[in-house]
Amino acid sequence: MKLTLKIWRQAGPREKGALATYQVDDINPDMSFLELLDVLNESLMLKGERPVAFDHDCREGICGSCGFMIGGVAHGPLKLCTTCTLFMRHFKDGDTVTVEPFRAKGFPVLQDLVVDRGALDRIVQAGGFISARTGSAPEANAMLIPKQNADRAMDAAACIGCGACVAACPNGSAMLFTAAKVTHLGELPQGQPERNHRVLRMVSKMQQLDFGGCSNHGECEAVCPKGIKIDFIAQLNRDFLKASLTDEMETLKRV
Amino acid sequence: MELKSKAPSGPIETRWDRHRFEMKLVNPANKRRYKIIVVGSGLAGASAAASLAQMGYEVSCFCFQDSPRRAHSIAAQGGINAAKNYQNDGDSVYRLFYDTVKGGDFRARESNVYRLAEISAAIIDQCTALGVPFAREYSGYLANRSFGGAQVSRTFYARGQTGQQLLLGAYSALALQIGLGSVKMYPRSEMLDLVVHEGRARGIVVRDLVTGAISSHSADAVVLGTGGYGNVFYLSTNAKGTNVTAIWRAHRRGALMANPCFTQIHPTCIPVAGDHQSKLTLMSESLRNDGRIWVPKKAGDPRAPQDIPEDERDYYLERKYPSFGNLVPRDVASRNAKAICDAGLGVGPGGLGVYLDFAEAIKRLGQDVVEARYGNLFEMYEHITGESPYKQPMRIYPAIHYTMGGLWVDYNLMSNVDGLHVIGEANFSDHGANRLGASALMQGLADGYFILPYTIGDYLARVSPKDRLPADHPAFKVVEQEASGRLKKLLDVNGSRTVDSFHRELGKLVWEHCGMGRNEAGLKKALQRIPELRDEFWKNLKVTGDGANFNQSLEKAGRVADFMEFAELMVRDALVRDESCGGHFREEHQTPEGEALRRDDQFSHVSAWEFTGVGQEPRLHKEALEFEYVHPSQRSYK
Repeated sequence: MKLTLKIWRQAGPREKGALATYQVDDINPDMSFLELLDVLNESLMLKGERPVAFDHDCREGICGSCGFMIGGVAHGPLKLCTTCTLFMRHFKDGDTVTVEPFRAKGFPVLQDLVVDRGALDRIVQAGGFISARTGSAPEANAMLIPKQNADRAMDAAACIGCGACVAACPNGSAMLFTAAKVTHLGELPQGQPERNHRVLRMVSKMQQLDFGGCSNHGECEAVCPKGIKIDFIAQLNRDFLKASLTDEMETLKRV
Repeated sequence: MELKSKAPSGPIETRWDRHRFEMKLVNPANKRRYKIIVVGSGLAGASAAASLAQMGYEVSCFCFQDSPRRAHSIAAQGGINAAKNYQNDGDSVYRLFYDTVKGGDFRARESNVYRLAEISAAIIDQCTALGVPFAREYSGYLANRSFGGAQVSRTFYARGQTGQQLLLGAYSALALQIGLGSVKMYPRSEMLDLVVHEGRARGIVVRDLVTGAISSHSADAVVLGTGGYGNVFYLSTNAKGTNVTAIWRAHRRGALMANPCFTQIHPTCIPVAGDHQSKLTLMSESLRNDGRIWVPKKAGDPRAPQDIPEDERDYYLERKYPSFGNLVPRDVASRNAKAICDAGLGVGPGGLGVYLDFAEAIKRLGQDVVEARYGNLFEMYEHITGESPYKQPMRIYPAIHYTMGGLWVDYNLMSNVDGLHVIGEANFSDHGANRLGASALMQGLADGYFILPYTIGDYLARVSPKDRLPADHPAFKVVEQEASGRLKKLLDVNGSRTVDSFHRELGKLVWEHCGMGRNEAGLKKALQRIPELRDEFWKNLKVTGDGANFNQSLEKAGRVADFMEFAELMVRDALVRDESCGGHFREEHQTPEGEALRRDDQFSHVSAWEFTGVGQEPRLHKEALEFEYVHPSQRSYK
């Protein structure tokens, strides 16, 4: 297979970027998209050119490091798939493919396809946890959790924090990411004591950072490699409304 | 040098309790005066950093990824063991201890392993409290499954993403502490070296991977939770970034490296598809619970697997090991796959693969049940290969997956360098020569949540925070200069081969001679070839760009440079350990059935190596292993 790649090149956070065109021949259909970039980078380095920078680590779709816009779609054309598990057999010989970093106000570009997604960590730091001190946990089977709740919590907890939802959203919103954590912990009995506090803190932090609001486009769900449902945003909204009517709203003012 | 394991004596079930009582405590009001550096944010690192911060210590945590949530623990699929005996099938702390010592082929410390088994139940409690969505029965109780090599169901799991959920639990505990300001987190920061002054670990030198800035960080104790060295083989199931640098730099500064030749090959990985291959993907071993492994009886059978009738298939594990069948330990399953492929019976491209078949499980349980158990694994397999395991058998082949060796530590998880603690896969402690399935997650979290937080106090109570060096102390400046000099050297070579091309060649070399099967001639050949390759690396490497900004090929070059030195030690250890045990299979030493044959009279010890210089013969120290409770026997899984 042969492909023409148009890749966003940007030397640093404050440099100007532009698309550069590369031709890659002899592509094996069993290669992943990242392996295609490996092959391109090897040839660039041997020519003394700077290789294309991209985040990646596990290369099996679970760590959430990788991800960029392929043909204008976060993680590329295949549903339920991260960039690292996108294989070249899904492209046609002779295609031209545009590769750009995730674009969102909350994700500044560091170099080429690498963006800073630290803002997602800050949302979790604001409240995406259960404050269970090490050593203070009760016997695990002392607390029964109906299977349906455990399953729904797991559906939400499957989020890998890649940021595709933010990049796909026309508003650059982190609602799906936040909603997944709020639903995961809100679904479990051990998450109840901090439930109101959690949703208020996380939403408030999200608003302070450079993320937009949700206006129900549904682009986030469409690109999510783990199939996180937009229903969770409805759950977040319900939780947020309920929490807003409690006196824990007071605590929010102290955030 | 005498290696003091500090393992307590007395009845094994009272050792940890008594040891905890005998250790010195740090006064609660004084804890905030102590500063601890934790390198790595995987299960061990994140749980340790969070727990230490909760106790009041001042903690800094470093990871090379863009977020602590991405550490490679996240990729563990199958589960975590705990001796809860929820299934009423006769499990106990003692049985988990026994299985782990025996599974490790009698090359681990009994005291450490017993403690691990003892703590296992509390880990499940802690993770549940943190909101880890473990699988549940309809009754609401926790579910279990049996897992690779165990005859009881003691494995807890969260679909096929147990590592992810446990890590996100530890990450959330860490995030809470970061938000409170009790942990200072440094993402995209790589440890370049350890600073040792007057025999004590004083801090680390770090490179900010975005700006390229090199800085010093001083502390009262340093904790390395930096994972294993499986990527020395280039192709492994490890994430691309996992590396040996942190523990290798500590080794160069005096920490002993123990049993580096103990590497684990995982039997169920997706076979290599071509030369472009950058990593291998593991398919959880839990698949062996319901999948049946076979090859066609006729070599090169051209038929599709589903068209081959039952009597023309060889279910070789079920045939050779009737009581364990497809659930034999990892090393046994791996070696059998290699043997059958070496005999020309393998399937798929290059004949390096065997079938793992679910047809019977689907018939017996229904597709729904199989999907609920393994859905995400099947999906992952189909993504990668384009084949559906619901319709045709998977193809699998062994790959490097975990490394049991690592920095030598005592019972307190402290290395021979005062103040340097090592946790999780980075240390050598609990798994002996072979790790049981679902025990890595258990060990990482045991170290981080429940062992290190107490044992580090015993060290800290003996040192004063007033003796902490300022980060601009000459001891730090010297190391900073060495680190930046080394990066400059890598950039200045300006040769004609890329880092990956060297890494690939090194990986092939060690896989061939120090992989599933090892022998004297092969190991000697590798020992001769590695220094030559390392010389070429330093003469002909090509790294573009400079050190003053984000430069991924420079990061890789630094890591591969360390693998080039480490590989030689691993091979040497494999050569000197002239016996077979667990994952270390010396072809010269096997039973008539082809099983690993230990030589307890000569090798019932930990080999701990001291660095004496690059290319110099390292010095060997031995820690004798005594087995008071589980008496060494030949493993048999027939």
